[in-house]
Amino acid sequence: MQKTVFWLAGLMALPVAAEAKTEISWWHAMSGANAEVVAKIAGDFNASQSDYEVKPVFKGTYPETLNAGIAAFRAGQAPDIIQVFDVGTGVMMGAEGAIMPVAQVLEKGGTKFDKSQYLPGIVGYYSTPEGEMLSFPYNSSSPILYYNKDIFEKAGLDVDNPPKTWAEVWAAARKIKESGAATCGYTSTWLTWIHTENFAAWNNVSWGTNENGLAGTPELKIDGPLFVKHFQELADLSKEGVFVYGGRTSEAKQNFTSGECGILTESSGGLGDIVKSGMNYGIGQLPYDETAEGAPQNTTPGGASLWVMGGKSDETYKGVAAFFQYLSQTDVQQYLHEQSGYLPVTLAAYEATKATDFYQKNPGRETPILQMMGKEPTENSKGVRAPNLPQLRDIQNEEYEKMLSGQQDAATALKNAVTRGNAAIKEAAGG
Amino acid sequence: MRRTVFPHKLLPWLLVAPQLAITLIFFYWPAAQAFRQSLLKEDAFGLKTSFVGLANFRKVLADPAYLNALQVTVIFSAMVAFLAMAIALFLAVQAEKVVRGKSFYRTLMIWPYAVAPAIAGMLWLFMFNPSFGTLAWPLRQMGIRWNPLLNADHAMMLVVAAATWKQISYNFLFFVAGLQAIPRSLLEAAAIDGASRRHAFWTIVFPLLAPTTFFLLVVNTVYALFDTFGIIHAVTGGGPGKATETLVYKVYNDGFVNLIMGDSAAQSVILMVIVIALTAFQFRFIERRVHYG
Repeated sequence: MQKTVFWLAGLMALPVAAEAKTEISWWHAMSGANAEVVAKIAGDFNASQSDYEVKPVFKGTYPETLNAGIAAFRAGQAPDIIQVFDVGTGVMMGAEGAIMPVAQVLEKGGTKFDKSQYLPGIVGYYSTPEGEMLSFPYNSSSPILYYNKDIFEKAGLDVDNPPKTWAEVWAAARKIKESGAATCGYTSTWLTWIHTENFAAWNNVSWGTNENGLAGTPELKIDGPLFVKHFQELADLSKEGVFVYGGRTSEAKQNFTSGECGILTESSGGLGDIVKSGMNYGIGQLPYDETAEGAPQNTTPGGASLWVMGGKSDETYKGVAAFFQYLSQTDVQQYLHEQSGYLPVTLAAYEATKATDFYQKNPGRETPILQMMGKEPTENSKGVRAPNLPQLRDIQNEEYEKMLSGQQDAATALKNAVTRGNAAIKEAAGG
Repeated sequence: MRRTVFPHKLLPWLLVAPQLAITLIFFYWPAAQAFRQSLLKEDAFGLKTSFVGLANFRKVLADPAYLNALQVTVIFSAMVAFLAMAIALFLAVQAEKVVRGKSFYRTLMIWPYAVAPAIAGMLWLFMFNPSFGTLAWPLRQMGIRWNPLLNADHAMMLVVAAATWKQISYNFLFFVAGLQAIPRSLLEAAAIDGASRRHAFWTIVFPLLAPTTFFLLVVNTVYALFDTFGIIHAVTGGGPGKATETLVYKVYNDGFVNLIMGDSAAQSVILMVIVIALTAFQFRFIERRVHYG
């Protein structure tokens, strides 16, 4: 990376050399196997034409990449393309003038953004309430259920039928613990994303007013009866030692791959690590609450999208448009989907993968797509948005931790999360 | 004392210029920026800026979370500074007694200092992780429901232990040097007078170590306040709840995670005031009672 920086610095000093090819910088947060996918896609694009050169630069974790982008913008050195995680979407949307909507970038490149080609759930999430596409979906994922088949067998559970509802998960988890098949029945990553935001969408209950914030500044509603019931059950299981808390983000994956816990709910993007651990795993749909009307509805996308920064030259925007066109190509999307475990963002890529025997060979890889596409989204299930979602998740995590350690019950925890969260939203929205 | 007068007017300035430049660029300039930012309300990208006077300070000081962070910081810093110094002093005194392999023993003691805070944090995290930590297992066998992920006291103990462990080497080094500077004759005279080793330590060695102890007190307090960020970030991330969120961690969290620049800047200005006051206090009141011999 150091070399690239020197090289770039050298190029800037020599405007003559830069004229040959327009450089497009792309800051991303993909590490490990996913970083190789980024490098291959950029390399293939560069080889496919001679006008533009996309330069991917790894900038650390999702929050680190976002911060680096913000700092660079403030210093007048913003990259051309920056990968921002779902939670940062509200932050970027608020930055009018700092960003260039993708729909406009594509227009500058002489093409039009054809919504009908993309998975509807994903496009809706990255558009303004008026329907203008703001960022380009790059990697999308959805939470699913993983279970350890060996532990299921030992506990006398049906290895081929993972639990479908939360009540079934609790029962299976208790059986795992009681039978001694494992010390912990169930664990989960991201209590905020999976048990709060996706829980709301999947069970078709409201997370916040104004269509969960997609149509305007939201007011949180996560202290509703269904949430209280769900979190109280989780707190009780935690007390019994059946549910084990792993941490605020994806730490709990280790509790699952180490064989400590029999069941896990995690992002579909986490599949790579589970495959790598070599365990005998199975995949199921994200569980729903059978008492909720219309459940299961559909899940919402997590992951990240590509934002284009404002104030760049027309030549740069043409290059970005060409790159996004390339990214949308069916074979590129298919490669991305099959390699990384993320969802394809175009319908054509999904159809193309379906036409191969990929899903037969890799059962469960289709689950997150079916979850997201199963039903026409309602106003509760298009996703959630707030100007300060990272802060809201922080607040929720703090309250959940106090609840799981027995300092407060679920009703109090959720009530606090709503009160504190709404105050923070008001503040962030400039109230 | 005789005053030395240098003939050159320009040369001294020239010689200190690099140091001045570094101080100005890396201390005064960011400090001024923080001060300016603390009076503004701004979005993350700096697109909309408005002057709000002292509103950020008022908001921060009225925030119960801030008072919680203050409390956490006081407890954390006091424990780290006290433990790191007490253990280091004990080890340094013991090291003095070692006859063979003294330098080997000392080298081993100094090693942890070379470990970066974040790495030290990860090390302790792995050892005490409730699900796969090598040292968490025996704790659980002893009937302790060890869980720093949810138990606030456990989390605090873990970050204090990691931060202390890392600082012991530094303190050890200074205490060893301090002990070596104590004249043998005093200890021998005490021994002849029939003083026990314990008595000799508390009445001769400890008072003579006072300059070292005082210096370390300042250094350790500053260390506990600022340099432990990496450890807290790696081990607990401020959790569970807000149980290990120190003032410095809150500045980071509000500024770089929650992107509330004004609040974060106001907090760092308050922090600056606290440190200036603390250092002034230490030098004015404690140093007076230090015997430099």
